[in-house]
Amino acid sequence: MTLRELANLLEAEVISGEQHLDEEFECAGASDLMSDVLAFGEPGIVLLTGLANAQSIRTADVIEAKAIVYVRGKKPNKEGVTLAKKRDIPILSTRFFMYKACGLLYSRKVSGVGNQ
Amino acid sequence: MTSRYDLSHVFEIKGRNFSKAGSVSIDIKEILRELGIDPVIVRRAAIAAYEAEINVVMYADKGEMVLRLNPKVIRITLEDEGPGIEDIEMAMQEGYSTATDEIREMGFGAGMGLPNIKKNADVFELKSTVGKGTSYNIVIYLNPTGKT
Repeated sequence: MTLRELANLLEAEVISGEQHLDEEFECAGASDLMSDVLAFGEPGIVLLTGLANAQSIRTADVIEAKAIVYVRGKKPNKEGVTLAKKRDIPILSTRFFMYKACGLLYSRKVSGVGNQ
Repeated sequence: MTSRYDLSHVFEIKGRNFSKAGSVSIDIKEILRELGIDPVIVRRAAIAAYEAEINVVMYADKGEMVLRLNPKVIRITLEDEGPGIEDIEMAMQEGYSTATDEIREMGFGAGMGLPNIKKNADVFELKSTVGKGTSYNIVIYLNPTGKT
């Protein structure tokens, strides 16, 4: 699935990284706990989270995530958006809650971390 | 003869500066990436550095992280000034944490940090003196097959 297809599926607003929307991903992971993302995240995943602070962006950066999707309509503040742009990490925001966002992706054959 | 892999960088980390937490590790990742080091190794180093940096921000007053690189290894050392760790054996177990609510609200404090450093490092040594601070020695071999 491409990030553009993800944005359409989750009715998400693209906050930064428009230029990456045609890039593909196969795997996603969801957590509000960056400790778990650091321990179990895989390169190239789309990270779904409700944590919209700078650490979510730095954590995604460190694990080499493909993009971040903020759920429940959350968005990082201006400094967060600037950081994401600087680090070239696409960020999107969906009004859907975590469960629905994950369910929609799973129903389209996007696998979870650890091939689950 | 020195190679492009011989370098040393010193970074200061301030305790409780949550907005900047992780920025040193991003700098380290960028330095290693620009040197053309294997992305898998860069990622392991960045994760280990990030976990250590977050620990300083969460628990210590300040810390100094040093990145050293030679043609064989990446070495990341960190000395912090802070409360230290009372029981290192316990702290190395997944899920053990003394994090405050403030730390948990930042998305950390699940007790995964030190075990995750160990997982990503080839060598991880941790020493601590209660009331003084903690030192980390993280080594990652550039040749993944071993020490040469």
